[in-house]
Parts: sequence; C-alpha cells; structure tokens
Amino acid sequence: MAMLKHPEKIIFEYSRPTRGAYGQWPTEQGTSNAAASDIPENLRRKDKPLLPEVSELEAVRHFTKLSQLNFSIDTHFYPLGSCTMKYNPKACNEYALLPGFLNRHPLAPESTGQGFLACMFELQEMLKEVTGMQGVALSPMAGAHGEFAGVAMIRAYHRARGDLARNEIIVPNAAHGTNPATATMCGCVVKEIPTKDDGDIDVEALKAAVGPKTAGIMLTNPSTCGVFERRIKEVAKIVHDAGGLLYYDGANLNAILGKVRPGDMGFDVIHMNLHKTFSTPHGGGGPGAGAVGVGARLLPFMPIPVVGKEGDKFRWLSEKDLPQSIGRLSAFMGNAGVLLRAYIYMRMLGREGMHRVGEFATLNANYLMARLANAGFDPAYPGRRASHEFIITAKKQARDLGVTAMDIAKRLLDYGFHAPTTYFPLLVPECLLIEPTETESKEALDGFIDAMAAILKEAEAQADLVTSAPHTMTVRRLDDVRAARQLDLTWKPAAYPQGLRPTSENVGPS
Amino acid sequence: MPFIPHTPDDVEQMLAAIGAKKIDDLFDEIPKELRIESLAGIPEALNEMQIGRLMAQRAAADGTPLNFIGAGAYEHHIPSAVWAITTRGEFYSAYTPYQAEASQGTLQLIYEYQTMISSLTGMEVSNASMYDGGSAVAEASLMAIRAHRKSRSQRVLVPTTLHPNYRKVAVATASGQGVRFEEVPCPKGVLSVADLAKYQGEDIAALVIQQPNFFGVLEDVDALTDWAHANNILVIASVNPTSLGILKPPGQWGTKGADIACGDCQPLGVPLSSGGPYAGFLTTRMEFVRQMPGRIVGRTVDTNGKQGFALTLQAREQHIRRGKATSNICTNQGLLVTAATIYLSLLGPEGLARVANECHRATQELVAALTRVKGVKLAFDRARFHEAVLLLDRPVGPVLAELAGRGIVGGYDLSNDYPELGNALLVCATETRTAAEIKTYADALAETLKAAVRAA
Repeated sequence: MAMLKHPEKIIFEYSRPTRGAYGQWPTEQGTSNAAASDIPENLRRKDKPLLPEVSELEAVRHFTKLSQLNFSIDTHFYPLGSCTMKYNPKACNEYALLPGFLNRHPLAPESTGQGFLACMFELQEMLKEVTGMQGVALSPMAGAHGEFAGVAMIRAYHRARGDLARNEIIVPNAAHGTNPATATMCGCVVKEIPTKDDGDIDVEALKAAVGPKTAGIMLTNPSTCGVFERRIKEVAKIVHDAGGLLYYDGANLNAILGKVRPGDMGFDVIHMNLHKTFSTPHGGGGPGAGAVGVGARLLPFMPIPVVGKEGDKFRWLSEKDLPQSIGRLSAFMGNAGVLLRAYIYMRMLGREGMHRVGEFATLNANYLMARLANAGFDPAYPGRRASHEFIITAKKQARDLGVTAMDIAKRLLDYGFHAPTTYFPLLVPECLLIEPTETESKEALDGFIDAMAAILKEAEAQADLVTSAPHTMTVRRLDDVRAARQLDLTWKPAAYPQGLRPTSENVGPS
Repeated sequence: MPFIPHTPDDVEQMLAAIGAKKIDDLFDEIPKELRIESLAGIPEALNEMQIGRLMAQRAAADGTPLNFIGAGAYEHHIPSAVWAITTRGEFYSAYTPYQAEASQGTLQLIYEYQTMISSLTGMEVSNASMYDGGSAVAEASLMAIRAHRKSRSQRVLVPTTLHPNYRKVAVATASGQGVRFEEVPCPKGVLSVADLAKYQGEDIAALVIQQPNFFGVLEDVDALTDWAHANNILVIASVNPTSLGILKPPGQWGTKGADIACGDCQPLGVPLSSGGPYAGFLTTRMEFVRQMPGRIVGRTVDTNGKQGFALTLQAREQHIRRGKATSNICTNQGLLVTAATIYLSLLGPEGLARVANECHRATQELVAALTRVKGVKLAFDRARFHEAVLLLDRPVGPVLAELAGRGIVGGYDLSNDYPELGNALLVCATETRTAAEIKTYADALAETLKAAVRAA
C-alpha cells in the first residue's frame, strides 16, 4: 500500500469558527438555555474548549487519511513478537455490535442481560478448559491488568493464611517489563534471576532465590526467548516446596494452545491476553482483555464481578459471594465488548481449531527461523525449537556492517512489512523477536524471507541505504530525543513551533 | 480450519525446510507427560452463519429496553461516522505505535486527542488513555502521591459522592502500595467544606472531587479546591466529559485549578455495551507530566525536519523502567480514544455544549414528571446536571423488576451502596430520551406504584 506523500494536517488547521457537523448536534427543544440557567454562574464554563470546528466530510476525510498512515494486520504482515498479530475475524466485530449487546447498560437488571451473561459464562468455562484452571474471572482489561489481579491474589492468599512475610516476587531477567512493574504495584519486592545461554532459566539461581519470603514467581512459558522452559515441573516443585505460588504470564499462550496447559504445568494463576491468543483487535494500543484463571487455592480471591449460574439463570457474583475477593478492578465489567469478540472467536475455532492454532503458529515460526538462518541470519538460540516466535540477533551485522536491529526493522517498512519487536528481551543483543502467527500463508512468510535476504545484501553492499531507512514512509526516522526534550504534547494555535508552521513543502494540499 | 491458510503441500514443504517429519515433532521439547490430546470441554466449531444465528438469538434475548440509568455510563447519540472510521482495519487491527514511521495515523490521532481532552478539562497535558474512569481515579491517586513535593502522606480523601465503584477500584488498585483511601461521608448529597473540617491541617496527599457528583448534584468545586490547596492537599477532579461542554473545567476550579483531572471517555461516542470497553482519561499540569502513567505522544521532526509523531517520555514506563515504572499499564484503550476523538471532532465546542444542555433539559423534565407520581420525592433538591436521586415510598428493587418487565430500565437502585438514603433511586435522561419516552416511564411508574399499593 502506498503511503500518502505528504503528512496530513492537524485537524485544528481545518477549523473555521461556527462550522460543524450540524447534523450530529441535537435539536434544541425550545428552552435549553433557560433550563441550563439553573446552573450557578460560578460553575459554568466561560471559555470555548479547543475542539475542531469542521464539517462532517472534513472530519471523515481527515481520519480516513490518518488511518491510511498506519500499518495494520488487515493491510500488512505484522510479525511483532510477543504481540500475536493474527487475523481478527470480521464476524467477531459484527456480532459483538448487535444492538442487544451494544445498548445494554452495565447496571441494567440481570433479567435483561441473560444473553450477554450466557456468553460470558460459557467464555469462562472454555477458558478454564484450555488453560486447565479451576476458575476464571474476566474483568481485567489488559495483560498488565491481569498480571496485577494475579499477583494481588497471590498476596491475598498468603495474607489470608497469616503468612505476612511473603512479599518477594521472583522474575527472570528475560521477563516482560510489566512483570516487575506489576509486582511493585502490588507492594512486592522484585528478585531477578538469570536466564542461561540456552534460553531456559537458571534453576540453580532459582533454588538460591527462594525462601520464607517468596510470595511467588512470574513466568512466561514458552518464554520471551521463544523457547519452551523444559524444566518447568522442577521449577514448579522448587517454588511450591518453598511455599510460593506460580504465576503464568499468558502472553505466549498462542504457542501451546491445545497442546499443553498451564494448569497441568503446575501454575496457580494465569492471565490470558485475549487480544493475542483469542484474536480480539489490538486497536492501535487496546482495548485488550486480560482474563485471569486460578487454581483451587486462589478461587476465593478472584476479582469481581464473575458470572455465576443458578439453574438456567446467570447472575453476577459480587462481594457477598466472594468475600475474600481482591475486589473490583473495573468500574463495571471490564472490556465486555472485547470479551464477546473472544467468545465468538473461540466458538468459531471450536475443539479442533483450538489445537491447530498452536500447531500452525509453531510451524510458521520454525519455518521462518530455518529459512532466515539459511539466509545468513543468526537465531539467538540455535539448536532449540522455536515456539510460536523466535529471536534473530543482528549482533554480527552490527559489528561487521554497522547495521543494527533497528536499521533492519526500519528497512523492512520500506519492503511493506511491519517490523518485528526490537530490543526485547533486553538480554539478547541486537534482538529481533519475530512472531508470524498461524494465519499467515507460506507465501507471506516467503515474501518476508526474501525481504530480509535483500536487506542483508543491501547491508553488505550499501549499508547507508539500510541505516537511513525508512525511505518510503510519510516521514523519515523521527527525532526521539527532540520529542522528549522539547515537549510538544498538544497543538497550540498561537505557539506553533518554529520551523513547523505548515508550508507547501511540509504539508501537502488538503 | 478457519483462518489457517496452509495447504497439505505447504505443510510438507515447510516441514522439509525445517527438517522435521511432522508438526508434532516441533513440540518435542515439551515434556511428554504434560501434553494433552483433547480439549473435550470445548464445543465443536461453528461456521460464521451458525455463530451469527446464535449471537442474534442471544442479543435479541437482551432486547432494547428504554434506559434511564446513568451512574457512570451514558446513552448518547453516536454519529455513524464514529464507528465507520474507528472499525477501519487500519485502526482496528494495528497495535501500539512502536514503529512510529508505520503508525503515524494512530500517533497523530492520539496527539489530537491529547489536545482536545486537555483543553476540555482545562489542563495542559494528557496521556493516551487509562482503562476506564475507575482505574483513572486509582492511577491519579498514585500519581498525586508521587507528585506531591511537600508531603509524603499516602492518605487520599474520597467523599461518598464519588462513584462507589470508582472508590472500590481505587482501593483494589492502590492499597497494595500502602495508599489509604479515607471516605468522607456526605449526608446532604454534596461534599461541603464543613464535612472536611476535621481534616484541617492534617498531612494528606490528595482529595478527589467528582463533578457532577454520583448523585448528579453539582459540587461547590471552587471552595473545595481552595480549601484543599490551603491545606497542602492536591486536587483530583473526576469529571464527565459531556458536562464540560457547559460546566467549568477542572483547570479553572478555585484560585489555582485542580491538579489532575480524570474520568471516562465513554460518553464521547462509546456505546454502553454492558460496561466496556470504555477509556479512562487523565490530564494534568505540565509540571507533573513526568509522574503520569501510560503512553504519551509528542510531536517532533524527522531527519528531513518534517513534522512527525512518536511515543515520548518512555523512561517513565515499564518496558524501560521495569520495577520502578510509574505504572504497569501498557496496552490501554486506543480504539476508544479513536472513537472519542472522532466524536469530539464532529460535535465541536458548540455541538458538545448543545448535547450537555439537552441532557440537562431532559433530566429536568424527567425529574418533574417522576416527582408528580404519588409516592415519589426528590432527594437533594440542589443544582444538578444530568441525573438525580429520587426517593420512593417502598423498596426500589421490586419496582425496578416490575418496570423491567414492561421494557423499562428505570434507574439504579442505591440501596446497596447507600442504605442510609432509604429507598433511593438514581435516574438519568440524556439527549436521546424524548418527551414521549419520559411520559411512558412516568405512567409506568405510576401504575407500578399504584398496583403495589393495591397488592398491599
């Protein structure tokens, strides 16, 4: 897809006083101003907020143009590691937007929500089945929010037993940044343990780290290194024997869907990124959904609300049903509309489809890894199977050619591919974390391999072509230092920064 | 195999390239005893036609009753263009704009959103969103504690006029870090400086003020803000963005203005949808920008000096700062911010003010119509916006159940959260409620209460 040649103007630059999308304004019912006149003078707004004053077409055209400046799954291969950018079926959106679901007020009586609640109850049941857990709560609104719920439950469990000393959360150094950040938010102390050269965690270091202060461990399996933690049962035993619990970061659940279950590995609590594994949209940065699953020990502590079933009626379980709950994490019912999309997706996959997700995600990743290795790239963990993702390290290219992982990522954009995740996990130098997902065809993968091979040739012959990429996007590489030092976070009509005033050169004709 | 494109030939060639005999071999690093062979509890697959039928049945079962609940989620007209554009694949199926050059659309949109919501709340800077209005209050409280230069207190005052669920979310989210939320009773339906007198001179980090408050009553925000500042307490405003079309923005409260403003973007083009997804907003003064949680977008230039947009101030965030980050939030509510930004662009300052005026007018009509019904009284007869508390002459629950049977969702029963108020019902009308619908409700309520009298 060709990018727009010129950047799009800021919407306020289209504004003209008194212009508007008049058809969207409510018709005033006679005495509006008189009615509002009962609001005391000192509580009324005197100034006009800076909102666009544009016609409906101007707004539609502007935001449509902005959309065209994005790469997305619908338009591009998007192998962003750890994010599971798979196809988001249109049906999931279509049916979640049916009027009966869309117009339902969250506090409306349960009698007017049995259809919605039935979907939520069945979603809980299906998620229990695929994870091997005993209970599921749906309200956390993102992966990190689910992590928070999980660690808060671990804390609540120890406290309920009177074991107040346990405030340490063990985290491998390859973990997502959210893991230590979450532990801190829950009032815990983070203890990092190293990862070995083969990508597995250092079990000896774990043995040394556990003790009477261990609240639990947070693990991603397959790990962020893109490999399965082979000694997981031993890890579980070490942590459980020390009195701690195991938290499963479900960011990589797609890799093992239908093949192995966190509950069977010994995990006590898990969050699932429904926007990854169960294909609800990523939305340019959310909404996600971070449902949590728990083993028997943590059932009493689940965040509310949870959907219960009595006879053939569904109802919300509240504090009265779960008096030890860690409480309420959302004002209403989490990202309910996202949960509906996950439910629809799971029903469309069904039993057989669920197995195939893990299988084909893994097939695609291993194929891509093998072919990229042939093309001259170095897998970070050679000799290991890829899970649903794998890491290429561009250490050699950086050293010999002066071309970094970031340069390769930016050049991929010119070839029409979204870049992999770069520089994560932090422990692998010049890291490209690549996750193709099961919904990409062999041809799409081959196209990516060809692009990577071509970039490698460019790096050898004409490195500056790669190091100065991208060349075909609306903008060239952006000045992040300036963005942070000369903060420009809102548009200001009077104080347009020097050199940025729109001209025929830097802003195209509208 | 829905959504998996591989032909048998593809699979064969791919396995050959890998050097594996069958797909199952790719899982050979997983201990055998952990492997599962079946997911018996998952039903068989439905094709799109079948799932469409099932969902249509379920949605139809929920019907489309006439709604008179607000309580933090409001039914407004949503312009068709909002979701027509928001669900374009380029917004819907993109992710967090990590690769700025390939995500300028999302980034510019967030920059425009930051501009609109900052101005609407009268503040200087905004982040890219929080999960919802409840989590925004929780994060604002944590932020206020970090930002407060003259206090190390972990105490935050929350009047009972703040949404009860927001209070619960704040406690569940922030108490792990030692934050103490102290509830200030407001028996008159508003928070007054007199209610706060006992905290005079104490070391407290922040006071949360909701405007309009949970009962729809308008708080005297100027006096409350000035009292807080005089007592070295930061002010967190929790506000309804629609109301800011006509109500004084938090940045102008009192002499110095509120320090942090937050709330829920739901009224701005986001459907009720059983409670989510919505989007929390959080704005503040520039001096506190480095204490903000969440994503922030900045305008900068590219290597040719051309304007462009990028995530900025990332040193606050979990992927850089890990255990020392301002929050663990990463994925937020981007798509809802997209909807809210388009909504605000279509409504503009005049349209938003009209929506606010019409909501207010409709609620005044609703209150007038319902309080004419025998057995219904108005609680807290004060200046209000958008919703009101009514007192019935009998328990609210059975009345609401009877109304639901007539296709009317008649309001929110306050007896769980505020038993001290008696038979209290919170009602709301927005610009979407017509005079005829208000009459339908008033008539149904009159009949319901009369029938109950006869039954007794």
